[in-house]
Amino acid sequence: MSSVRSLRRPAAGCLETLLAGQPHLRASPLAWINALRAQALGRLDVLKLPTLRDEEWRFTDLSPLTRQSFQSVCSATGLRAADIEPFHIEEATTRLVFVDGVFAPKLSSTLTDGGVMLANLSAADAAQAAAIEPHLGRHAVFGDNVFAALNTSLLQDAAVIMVPRHVTLAAPVHLLFVATQAEVASHPRCVLVAEPGSSMTLIEDYVALQDGAYFINPVTEIAVADQAQVKHIRVQRDSAKAVHIANCAVSAGRSSTYQSVSVALGAQISRYNLSVLLAEGAECVVDGLALIADSQLADTHTSIDHAQPSGVSRQLHKCIVGGSAHAVFNGKVMVRPGAQRTDSNQSSRNLLLTGKAQVDAKPQLEIFADDVKCAHGATIGQIDDDAVFYLKSRGLSDSVARNLLTYAFGAEIIDRIPVASLKHQLEMTMLKQTGSRP
Amino acid sequence: MIDQDSKTLLEVRGLRATVNGVEILKGLDFTVKSGEVHAIMGPNGSGKSTFAKVLAGHTAYEVTAGSVLFEGKNLLDLAPEERARAGVFLAFQYPIEIPGVANSQFLRLAYNTVQAQRGHEELDPLEFDDFVREKMKLLDMNPDFLGRSVNEGFSGGEKKRNEILQMALLDPHLAILDETDSGLDIDALRIVSQGVNQLANKDKAIVLVTHYQRLLDYIVPDFVHVMEAGRIVKTGDKSLALELEQRGYDWVAAERQAPRAAAVVA
Repeated sequence: MSSVRSLRRPAAGCLETLLAGQPHLRASPLAWINALRAQALGRLDVLKLPTLRDEEWRFTDLSPLTRQSFQSVCSATGLRAADIEPFHIEEATTRLVFVDGVFAPKLSSTLTDGGVMLANLSAADAAQAAAIEPHLGRHAVFGDNVFAALNTSLLQDAAVIMVPRHVTLAAPVHLLFVATQAEVASHPRCVLVAEPGSSMTLIEDYVALQDGAYFINPVTEIAVADQAQVKHIRVQRDSAKAVHIANCAVSAGRSSTYQSVSVALGAQISRYNLSVLLAEGAECVVDGLALIADSQLADTHTSIDHAQPSGVSRQLHKCIVGGSAHAVFNGKVMVRPGAQRTDSNQSSRNLLLTGKAQVDAKPQLEIFADDVKCAHGATIGQIDDDAVFYLKSRGLSDSVARNLLTYAFGAEIIDRIPVASLKHQLEMTMLKQTGSRP
Repeated sequence: MIDQDSKTLLEVRGLRATVNGVEILKGLDFTVKSGEVHAIMGPNGSGKSTFAKVLAGHTAYEVTAGSVLFEGKNLLDLAPEERARAGVFLAFQYPIEIPGVANSQFLRLAYNTVQAQRGHEELDPLEFDDFVREKMKLLDMNPDFLGRSVNEGFSGGEKKRNEILQMALLDPHLAILDETDSGLDIDALRIVSQGVNQLANKDKAIVLVTHYQRLLDYIVPDFVHVMEAGRIVKTGDKSLALELEQRGYDWVAAERQAPRAAAVVA
């Protein structure tokens, strides 16, 4: 099959390389997974890697991705527990570790808590598989999304978390994706299903133990059923040469709550597409921070879809851009016909630390209902001179004053992380990053 | 407190300063000795707040002529932070809100920076907490203010108390209070004034920039100066403030012009 495709599309070298391992994938015992893979593969015959000519990608140049060749890994490196200890989050008793995209059971701790099922996809039994089927590949649609299609076509391991009805998971679940090898491509997959009335906190965490170039292409699907509550913290601290293209699709049921904080610190190029679909009376809080320097690019595209009445959405996205880095924020809020009494507020705030730093912020509001309360806005600025003077008049040096104000700007988002030790960890990282700026 | 043995803390001669090319200070002379309390009054736009900010080193103001000596050093050569470390303190008329920075963190950073500069021991967070709570008692401040972001959501009076708290921590030789009384109710005014009075001693000096005589009921000045059009045009004792309260500022200007008019007639 792959040879046929390569004849038909000689130009698609990068996708070809990324798909090289596809024909050798072990067939899943679950027929529907094989069907899903094939369907995604079919889309890849048609879809192309986006270029700057695509409106949704006009600021994000993916040519570095096409210039390098990334291979898939089949086996995990000999990582020891001590190697990942610095990344442990003490509150999270449940931790699923993926090394270069491959599930590492020995490094994971899958303590179940309150009857919650946590399973690796390949280890799911028939009942579990039946519960996963309505969700996997159903929220993160890949028809027009080449990266979601790529991820799905190579679907093998996945983190699956299911929280049964009315169960509250006290401790957060930590998904840790560790990059240990350069020139490697990985396609992590996560499915979270929070059944009606349940409640849990998910930490999705991308880290590196090396500083080479690699490509990581995660897809996360989150189904928040009626009256369920999900808190989702996403931390992208990949190596400085990584290319990180992520898709996350959230479906929030009636009167459910989805709260997310995403923090982008690493990667040469990162892109995060988050789409949230809100049912009647559902509420979402979507906050984000990109803290980048040097020649990094961090692109966040969010879409909040008020498909039904009485939904509430709140979004605060901040970018702190140093060096000659480039941050992109595109936030779409859609209020569908009939989604009356929608209450939406979106704010994009951006801090440029140097003359060469760049930000493109585009809040977009599309309203097709008449009884709604919607606000949005964007600001781009530098550190306030009066605030610098105030701090200096109390003895702080110019650089300490500026670093403190930069830190404070980002701290507003970090403060919203509901896991104390992770919050502290990121505060320390941020102190270090804002402190080393010229 | 006027003391014959006191030393000169601040000596300003012929100070001229501009903001955005407009001259605000037009040849100002002003001398402060240790132990003294000075009040600077004057109509709106006379340059009082500009003078306070120039002394603290605000970069929006350009000094075009004159000299400022602080304890014998050229103050104008120093960056704002160096002035603070040397012992000059400005309590802001409009304290800046800094969301995201805990007040306790800010206060400790400022305190330790100044302490280190003066060769004194720095305090760790626990030691500092005890220390700052003691100082807060003087100002009748709720310890909750330590955990909140600097000045964020503080009322006008709370912001002013926070300024005086910073002054108490940094222990300056020269404190300039820019309209610290504005926006304070009588109780807050009394508490802030008590705080200032407790910090005053023979080695320090206080300069109050104010519109109202009522502050001077609580912090009694040794000298009252009237500023007009960028200069100090009249200096008296505390009775001058009462006279200004009753008669306004116009008579000061009239009195200055009268001898000149007489000279023309002659």
